[in-house]
Amino acid sequence: MIAIIDYQAGNLTSVQRALAFLGHDSVITHDPARVLAAERVIFPGVGAAGKAMFDLRRLGMDRALLASYDAGKPILGICLGTQIILERSEENDTPCIGLIKGEVRRFPENLTEDEGRRLKVPHMGWNGIQLKQDHVLFRGIDPDSEFYFVHAYYPSPSRAETVLGKTHYGFSFASVLFSRNLVAVQFHPEKSGRPGLKFLSNFCFWEGKEHA
Amino acid sequence: MLSRRIIPCLDVRDGKLTKGIKFKGNVDIGDPVEMASFYYEEGADELVFYDITASSEKRDIMIETVRRVAEKIFIPFSVGGGIRSVEDMRLVLLAGAEKVSINSAAIRDPGLIERGAEAFGSQAIVLGMDVKQVSPSPKIPSGYEMVIDGGRTPARIDALAWAKEGERLGAGEICLNSIDADGTKEGYELNLTRLIASHVRIPVIASGGAGRAEHLFQVLTRGLADAALIASVTHFGLLSIRELKSYLHDKGIKVRMNW
Repeated sequence: MIAIIDYQAGNLTSVQRALAFLGHDSVITHDPARVLAAERVIFPGVGAAGKAMFDLRRLGMDRALLASYDAGKPILGICLGTQIILERSEENDTPCIGLIKGEVRRFPENLTEDEGRRLKVPHMGWNGIQLKQDHVLFRGIDPDSEFYFVHAYYPSPSRAETVLGKTHYGFSFASVLFSRNLVAVQFHPEKSGRPGLKFLSNFCFWEGKEHA
Repeated sequence: MLSRRIIPCLDVRDGKLTKGIKFKGNVDIGDPVEMASFYYEEGADELVFYDITASSEKRDIMIETVRRVAEKIFIPFSVGGGIRSVEDMRLVLLAGAEKVSINSAAIRDPGLIERGAEAFGSQAIVLGMDVKQVSPSPKIPSGYEMVIDGGRTPARIDALAWAKEGERLGAGEICLNSIDADGTKEGYELNLTRLIASHVRIPVIASGGAGRAEHLFQVLTRGLADAALIASVTHFGLLSIRELKSYLHDKGIKVRMNW
């Protein structure tokens, strides 16, 4: 069973619907015991970091997530779920979980694309990913594929070995992070069409090893 | 680099798809769920559903349509029309929409934008703007006035001022529809689009007037739009999304070509 962590941070049904479409049962839960009992864990979320961390701690989900990581369980972070896996977020100046070293920053004002066009914040829409190396979760996905993003803050990990993929929006930011049995993405695979579904499907079969 | 989005708009009445010409004389052209799946396969970057029924007794039909669409397509879509409260927003978002679009209701009750953004995040709140060109006046200095109730009633509010106010209140995006251009197939209202897009920091989706691929190119370059809404141009099979995107791609516009 796949546990989708519910910490009252936005609409989680779209992740569950995509999994159902792929033929995988999942449970949306705010009970740490169900997370600990699950085979794999998805940590999604839309909303603000401050409230998310507050609710995670209140529910005991931060500890359940750390325990799942230590147990080698496959874990997928999505969007805000990815951001609060780092140590700290500029959003509400929030101390976060710290599974990956580094912090989360806000896109600067007056960001421009290479040809000089002013860029909007949030970064909203479809963008590509440059993978630094192959990974099981991206197997069978065309390297030219694009994914759906919507975020005003971006991950800024301090160690290069935790960056699996990068995306360009005025500058290059880390859009895919990884550490052992954890992969965390800034985009929304559940809203990224066929490549997103393939990515989720790969996760559902992943054993949590970096090279498999 | 971020792609510009091509977004088909599906007008729905009583659970069926329509396309109005200047909001009058709508004709049924199909099932919204079928059409959504078709566009999903065809490479639409996002979809907009606009419920022109807007009578409360028929809301359940729309919610059911949203639910059926969400089971089949895995790209973002927004739903507008008849959304008047945070509770209306909640029902549509829980049924599987990514965003809700509010239009007349936001003009009558600007606090709705704020309450929606607070409850669901700015990314979920699209400010729909129906705009008509008028002679500039002290009340309407930009020469573009907001209109409500599907374009029938002038709101006595300046469109530029309203766009800025909507951004300040927490809208995550603006869907900007020119009543003058809507249904003409003669091109987007470029001056209006450029005016609004250059004065807000949130993305602007241009709407109304697309008839040829060239019109999309114009609005994404001169109009400074982040995305282009289309309807008739693809609904009636005049052009496919791939043809539109290939045209833009060849002219140097970054669009999503692989899906």
